[in-house]
Amino acid sequence: MAAKHKHGDPLPETVLRVKSLESLLIEKGLVEAEALDALIDRYENKVGPRNGAKVVARAWVDAAYRERLLKDATSAVAEFGFTGAQGEELVAVENTDNIHNVVVCTLCSCYPWPVLGLPPVWYKSAPYRARVVREPRKVLEEFGTQLPQSQEVRVWDSTAETRYLVIPKRPEGTEGLDEGALAELVNRDSMIGTREADSPATVEGV
Amino acid sequence: MDGIHDMGGMHGMGPIELEENEPVFHADWEKRMFAMNNAISAVGVRNLDESRHARERMDPATYLASSYYEIWLDGLIRILSEKGMISEEELSGDIPPAPVTTPRPALKGRDVDTVMDKGGTYITEDGKPSRFKVGDKVRAKNFHPIGHTRLPRYARGHVGEIFADYGPHIFPDASAHGKSNPQPLYSVKFASTELWGPDGTEGDYVYIDLWDDYLEATGDGA
Repeated sequence: MAAKHKHGDPLPETVLRVKSLESLLIEKGLVEAEALDALIDRYENKVGPRNGAKVVARAWVDAAYRERLLKDATSAVAEFGFTGAQGEELVAVENTDNIHNVVVCTLCSCYPWPVLGLPPVWYKSAPYRARVVREPRKVLEEFGTQLPQSQEVRVWDSTAETRYLVIPKRPEGTEGLDEGALAELVNRDSMIGTREADSPATVEGV
Repeated sequence: MDGIHDMGGMHGMGPIELEENEPVFHADWEKRMFAMNNAISAVGVRNLDESRHARERMDPATYLASSYYEIWLDGLIRILSEKGMISEEELSGDIPPAPVTTPRPALKGRDVDTVMDKGGTYITEDGKPSRFKVGDKVRAKNFHPIGHTRLPRYARGHVGEIFADYGPHIFPDASAHGKSNPQPLYSVKFASTELWGPDGTEGDYVYIDLWDDYLEATGDGA
């Protein structure tokens, strides 16, 4: 996958073909330009990993909420108003001292949009899809995440419409932080399972 | 189909390429492609499984050299052409756009949030009863259908354990080809060493969502 036009630098004919397709679909009444603009705005500005971070932080501070999230994530996440496309059947999986969860879609790019927004390029890429089911520990090392041998790795391959959200471990030294401050520590990758949540020291140091 | 999209376990793909502070989209054309692919779902001319199966049939060499939104572009043109909604001649401007009829009207900008907040429905009211229960040992079938399937190659022939029964769902292998065969969907737990032999890791597991028809009893009563 050494191709250099993989994103942001497409072949000129790709850009032209997308334009031609949009013009044709609009002319035929199959899509409307205002709807396209609204969809882009929604996923560029409104729906993203800050949603998931709020869910995780709530689970860290509220034991009853954590129970609801692990039992029925779709309903528990909907308490925040996060619902819908690519998150119709959410399942939350929790990292502990003994278990580390990581999520992939080996067949395409399935990803829990209502809580994480749209997936990063690496999540959809051949290296991640090919490797994380076979050698998750090595893949995680490339994210700077070292797992002890004693920790069981669970890889979740999203082959159906179930969408998996990882609840990362609450970092050490965060006892005094409130829910809002905790949410700041929940990075996107920690909810996919390729990283841990940030430690307070990391965030302060940035 | 045993296509290039079915990547789980393949070698030679190289390291994960990470991008710091990655934007949601990398170019305007990606935004338009993303939005078109979602907006057009409203008119009801193709379902999710047909859409995925169209992307899987991209030329394999081109698939590997393409970004994800380039794959979406290829797939959307492919499925809309097959459905008789558009043609290459119309796209190139050689002939004027012919009128089309659709089951439902186009998505309005003001309805986008409502429609996306609602999402789709993949759980079905009825369907075959569950043949397996949580804890049962099952074998993923060794089959190689020419059509759409969501049973990854790397799981075929291997023995796992039913971890959860998610109830009756639309069956992609039927739905991608204009048919219906609702049936239970399970989460099935496979040991890494069962899937990868000595190249797996003892004590690690892969959980795969698999439909009832993908599975058979192991026959050992375990």
